[in-house]
Amino acid sequence: MNLVYLRFELLRLFRNKRFVIFSLVLPLALFETIGHSNKADVIPGTNGLKFITFFMVSMAGYGAMIGALAGGARIAAERSAGWSRLLRLTPLKPRNYLIGKVLTAYVMSCCSVALLFIAGSIEGVRIDGFGRWAEMTGLILLGILPFIALGIIMGHKLTVDTMSPALGIGAAIFAVLGGMWGPGTSSGTMRDIGEWVPSYWIAQASHVGVGGDVWGSKGWLVVLGWSLLLGALAAQAFRRDTQRV
Amino acid sequence: MTTMSAGIELISLAKTFNGPNGPVHAVRGVDITIAPGETVALLGPNGAGKSTTIDMLLGLLHPDAGTVSLFGMTPAEAVAAGAIGVMLQSGAVLRDLSVRELLTMMASLYPKPLDVGEALELAGITDIAKQRSDKLSGGQTQRVRFALAMISNPDLLVLDEPTVALDVEARRDFWATMRGFSERGKTVIFATHYLEEADSYSDRIILLARGEVVADGPPTEIKARVGSRTIRATLAGVGADVLEQLPGVSRAERRGEAITLICSDSDAALRALLTTYEDARDLNVSGAGLEQAFLELTADAGDLS
Repeated sequence: MNLVYLRFELLRLFRNKRFVIFSLVLPLALFETIGHSNKADVIPGTNGLKFITFFMVSMAGYGAMIGALAGGARIAAERSAGWSRLLRLTPLKPRNYLIGKVLTAYVMSCCSVALLFIAGSIEGVRIDGFGRWAEMTGLILLGILPFIALGIIMGHKLTVDTMSPALGIGAAIFAVLGGMWGPGTSSGTMRDIGEWVPSYWIAQASHVGVGGDVWGSKGWLVVLGWSLLLGALAAQAFRRDTQRV
Repeated sequence: MTTMSAGIELISLAKTFNGPNGPVHAVRGVDITIAPGETVALLGPNGAGKSTTIDMLLGLLHPDAGTVSLFGMTPAEAVAAGAIGVMLQSGAVLRDLSVRELLTMMASLYPKPLDVGEALELAGITDIAKQRSDKLSGGQTQRVRFALAMISNPDLLVLDEPTVALDVEARRDFWATMRGFSERGKTVIFATHYLEEADSYSDRIILLARGEVVADGPPTEIKARVGSRTIRATLAGVGADVLEQLPGVSRAERRGEAITLICSDSDAALRALLTTYEDARDLNVSGAGLEQAFLELTADAGDLS
């Protein structure tokens, strides 16, 4: 892997203000406004689980997902600048190009999660046990793999103009389908559908931090299945995308 | 026999696109051989197939038929070896990096790149090295893109309409810079639709029209062919074959009473026409213009579609 190339990819990431605001500030702002104002609430029907704790782990999963999607979305701007075509005319291997995109998406997601944990701890949120915290964070970061691939596909298929609405609406749909925005009802058709959507398992990963179970075989199957499928489609989208834009 | 001495070979290249009104034959059977060190202009009007030919040469487009060989390699192999430097028609400058950072990033991708400082100097942009690349003028941006094309220290430099957005002065500056690089023994192929540019800066002009090579030779020869003027007049009773014998006339046509003389020397032709045929009237002399010249050159080839 070419470290100079990676270094500048990351530098570009943090210099892009609009991108940083979208993927870092939005989940954090949601947490600070909604979480802070309901700080003392306890979620009914639970064993004294504080709303703000639940909301922090949920927002960590949501923020990670947005960072993952937005990582690939930058490709649309690079294509419209003719940059992607130019990169194809360098010895940069497609595999290394995609690794670069996946890593930058991960850096974004990790920053988002870290910021939420810091904000949460300032608000007095505590997760019981390091093991539980590590399991939650690890599963969240695995669970966003399909979304990194989806972001790359979107980057190659959409234009700069259609990207923002597609990202906003796409993220909202996945959040609702996966039950990321609240405790939700855990039965019925919504859940049956939700279990096959990868964002559901990001939400489940978040819940590990507040006493939920780690993924069973179905969770691994859904996340890995979508990762492989979308990963293959992302590689194909990159290979086919050689036209002038 | 070494493959390294081989230059660039395009053999029977063809590409057809599906357009809204049926298939568009963008390139139909192009054969071009270029020796190492040559500077070649691909000259043609819009839609002649220049960009499609270049895209196939670079491996960005797969030809429907024919082969491309670059120094004995396929386009993909030549790209992987860092043997090609490319300046695309537009864009290709990222916003979030300075000029120096952009060049450093790109240099890191190649096996034997130029020193970044040397590339900056060659392109004449040392003074703007620290500026963000989105805050540059058109001419400066063009120089940055040229530096990006040179940074790999390529054997072949491909420039697709490199001066299309530049004013006259910036254009002249650009070509002076390019000359500096090609004098290092590089092979250069550039596409343009300016005859003067092809004439002044290439060793050889390849004329493309309607997806075919219609002329290929040194600039002086091509210029004589497409730099022609046309005389139109009304004149009855004289055959085209007779008119073709007039001094300065290379070709004559007749449609009813209207005659058209394609001239290599329109002054001599006009003088001769008026002296020989006193009843010639409605005279009109026009510079052929590149488009017109192309149409006339391709008229001989017949319509293939």
